[in-house]
Amino acid sequence: MAEEKKLVKVTIDNLTVEVEPGTTILEAARQIGGDIVPPTMCYYSTLKGSGGKCRTCLVKVAQGSAADPRPMPKLVASCRTAVMDGMVVENITNPAVLETRKAVTEFLLINHPLDCPVCDQAGECDLQDLSYGHGVDTSRLEFKKRTFELENLGPYIQLHMTRCIMCYRCVYVADQLTEQRLHGVLDRGDECRISTYISKAIDNDFSGNMIDVCPVGALTDRTFRFKNRVWFTKPMDAHRECSKCSGNVRLWMRGEEVFRVTGRKDQWNEVHDFICNECRFEKKKVSDWVIEGPTKVHRHSVISANKYQNLKTPKEFLPEVMGGRDPKMLMNIHKVSGVNDPEIDLSKIPGPATSKIFDKEES
Amino acid sequence: MARKLLLEKIGIEGIRYYDAYRKSGGYASVEKVLKTMSPDDVTNEVKKSGLRGRGGAGFPTGMKWGFLAKPQGVPRYLICNADESEPGTFKDRYLMEHIPHLLIEGLIVSSYAVGSNCTYIYIRGEFGWIVDILEQAIAEAKNNGWLGKNILGSGFDCEIYVHPGAGAYICGEETALLESLEGKRGNPRIKPPFPALKGLYDCPTVVNNVETLSAVVPIINYGSEEYAKIGIGKSAGTKLISACGNISKPGVYEIEMNISVEEFIYSDEYCGGIANGRRLKACVPGGSSVPILPANLLLKTAKGETRMMTYESLSDGGFITGSMLGSGGFIVYDEDQCIVRNTYSFSRFYRHESCGQCSPCREGTGWMKKILWNIETGKGKIKDIDLLFSIQSKIEGNTICPFGDAASWPVAAAIRHFRDEFEWHVTNAEEAQRRNYGLAGYAEPLKVAAS
Amino acid sequence: MVMNKFSEQRLKEIDNVISRFPDGKQKSALLPVLHMAQEDFGGWLSVETMDYVASLLNILPIEVYEVATFYSMYNLKPVGKYVFEVCQTGPCMTRGSESIIQYIEEKLGIKAGETTSDGLFTLKTVECLAACGYAPMMQMGKSYKEHLTKEKVDSIIEECRNHAAKNN
Repeated sequence: MAEEKKLVKVTIDNLTVEVEPGTTILEAARQIGGDIVPPTMCYYSTLKGSGGKCRTCLVKVAQGSAADPRPMPKLVASCRTAVMDGMVVENITNPAVLETRKAVTEFLLINHPLDCPVCDQAGECDLQDLSYGHGVDTSRLEFKKRTFELENLGPYIQLHMTRCIMCYRCVYVADQLTEQRLHGVLDRGDECRISTYISKAIDNDFSGNMIDVCPVGALTDRTFRFKNRVWFTKPMDAHRECSKCSGNVRLWMRGEEVFRVTGRKDQWNEVHDFICNECRFEKKKVSDWVIEGPTKVHRHSVISANKYQNLKTPKEFLPEVMGGRDPKMLMNIHKVSGVNDPEIDLSKIPGPATSKIFDKEES
Repeated sequence: MARKLLLEKIGIEGIRYYDAYRKSGGYASVEKVLKTMSPDDVTNEVKKSGLRGRGGAGFPTGMKWGFLAKPQGVPRYLICNADESEPGTFKDRYLMEHIPHLLIEGLIVSSYAVGSNCTYIYIRGEFGWIVDILEQAIAEAKNNGWLGKNILGSGFDCEIYVHPGAGAYICGEETALLESLEGKRGNPRIKPPFPALKGLYDCPTVVNNVETLSAVVPIINYGSEEYAKIGIGKSAGTKLISACGNISKPGVYEIEMNISVEEFIYSDEYCGGIANGRRLKACVPGGSSVPILPANLLLKTAKGETRMMTYESLSDGGFITGSMLGSGGFIVYDEDQCIVRNTYSFSRFYRHESCGQCSPCREGTGWMKKILWNIETGKGKIKDIDLLFSIQSKIEGNTICPFGDAASWPVAAAIRHFRDEFEWHVTNAEEAQRRNYGLAGYAEPLKVAAS
Repeated sequence: MVMNKFSEQRLKEIDNVISRFPDGKQKSALLPVLHMAQEDFGGWLSVETMDYVASLLNILPIEVYEVATFYSMYNLKPVGKYVFEVCQTGPCMTRGSESIIQYIEEKLGIKAGETTSDGLFTLKTVECLAACGYAPMMQMGKSYKEHLTKEKVDSIIEECRNHAAKNN
């Protein structure tokens, strides 16, 4: 019996949205969009079971539902809490939530090496974004940070465990996309680590997606390692005929050179269409691909900095304000200073210009 | 002498074995339940008794059973939580070791109530010899027709299996326990869904503590009214207290929840006073996770009332001036004990036992341990004490499971009540390596800290 | 190296453990089977042993590694014939566990975490074993040694040495 699902109403930071029953607070917030979307480090919409671990998306439920308006006693993980009809959620409007997010950021950073200057993830790192938004500029930790040895997970993937924040996403990738998971979470507590235990190469058709889902620089592409900064490369959407995956990828190019290939991430930095290792690691020529055009960069990260596509020139608003008249200078600077006096032809000055040239009394 | 319900028969020769247990009236509750009561009757009886979870949280047991989802055609599971690991607690072990049939009897009755045909006892792996004791008891019960198919012709089938863990405190958390029972790492699950809806193998599941399930037997035998009469208010019935630390007679005691803390510590029936003629300094009344209390706040509440051994009285004053009954792990400290060192020891424990799944607990517990080690060994700074307090406040309430709270509370309470001892460690670093702070100001009643 | 294999008797026990769980949930037997493997194959779990357990339960090797590294009772490196696991948590500490640990260290000439050169003894410090009222205490194999004193430690070590001499 096809019955139309009744939508439920949820209010997040005073903005109301209607969503399907069973939607999480986080997904509802994403439907609203903007600043009220909680940050995520471990949740990944396309990986089943992910989320709940990093605690950066904690929010306050000020009203459980219309039927039971009691607030929830503790902050809840928005990525794993389903909305109820009439639920009222506070994210950036609640100081306690922001204070907790600051604390979680501190916990995530105390053992993070902060080696961004030599990290390939810099510029597209969720932890960088999080600490920019919620971190403080000094550390209260006065101990040595936890470190691990580098581990090569085969020819394509480098595991830099010291940078890992234990989001478990790569484990879900291996579980859900590959035939046999070879790596996992070992040990416990603050000794937890991602590893194969036996230094085994992870080599299967979809293992490269571990790199895309990694929120930090713990898993990086060995074919791209130290080759370029992500903000110097230009993302282009491209595709090819592939027997293993959809072949829909993103090429990161500089000039005519393809530096790396990744899945297409959406505005939340999540890949929906996972790609195979052949597309990712072995097709590095422009001729391998049909280029669709430059990627529309949604994110506020540095990746968008050098992208001139879709750039709109700022609107000239002054003529409008002036009612069509030409703008007039409010103050003529030449009356005050001789610098750049239009009467002096700069091109005729021999050698470097000095202040003496503009000295009106001498001239 | 106080009334004993769980340890009533403990003195009987051979009570560990079936014959003596049965001869002294054992398994009567199973007969009563299977012949005269419906599962709902049993649940109602437990509800009316006021029995609360004896594992630490104190949640009403009957209510927990009432929450269990009962979809058609889906098995339901009862799991006995015998992963006793809370420092200071060793009461479940005592029951299982000395009177295992009481637990088996309670499990059969409870399995009937919740409709579990397959019941597991998840026991901590270190209790290897108790696994053998329980398996023997189960075999005896089965040979005598108390387990298996169609028990006493009632149509009810039940099997009980003992399942050892392998060394992880976190598996005492019910969803971590379920993960472990499924052969996985003991990572607590993110709730909801709660086990009552989706527990073991995604089926409705109830997890109860050993003592809780054992207490079902006297409730059925004597009736819920009789049981509820014992104790004060919502602290109904008897409770096992495992007393340890610097007392004359460490051990497991069954108390009626109507005696004062002072009586429990000083009477000869129980702890027999502080050992070696020393004076009482502090006490952790409900297992390492609950707030430590200095002597003055232990014996009397901030309001000046006598502190009783009940859920309510021990938590009177909240976390500012009170504590919790918790699991009944009663740890007593005499004047020679160092609070800083004890807090360090607990923080080392929590760092060691954190599963590492969520960030505040994984990172915070290790950080607290390092700072406490510095303070303890004379390398601390005054600001470290504030830092510690700040870290614990940021773990508390922000983690997947209550472990984060359990790791935070001991640190918070130690600083709250014994800040001068922490400061003394910092300002007299060299002296603190040679001697303990002793009682210092604590002998006199402290001013109650402002909330 | 000879591949470890369980005896027929053990395999029957393992089948029995697996039969306690619903069909397809044989992974539930992992913890008990790892205990058996550790008992039968030298007191610790080598990669070969863990891979063998994985094949018996029809699960991935990494699932075994994940579990074996999580629980503190599994030894991932060889240990001595007798493993002393002394509790060091608060309640034991108030009853003098530190001096017991120190005494064992001096007596055996090893530090906590080490094994004697003759391969007889390993000393480990562990966290709460739920024997707080009988402190100080330690675990040795399947049993607890409680109310430890220096004299009691002496006699335990003596017993172990005698036992080892008899069984060699």
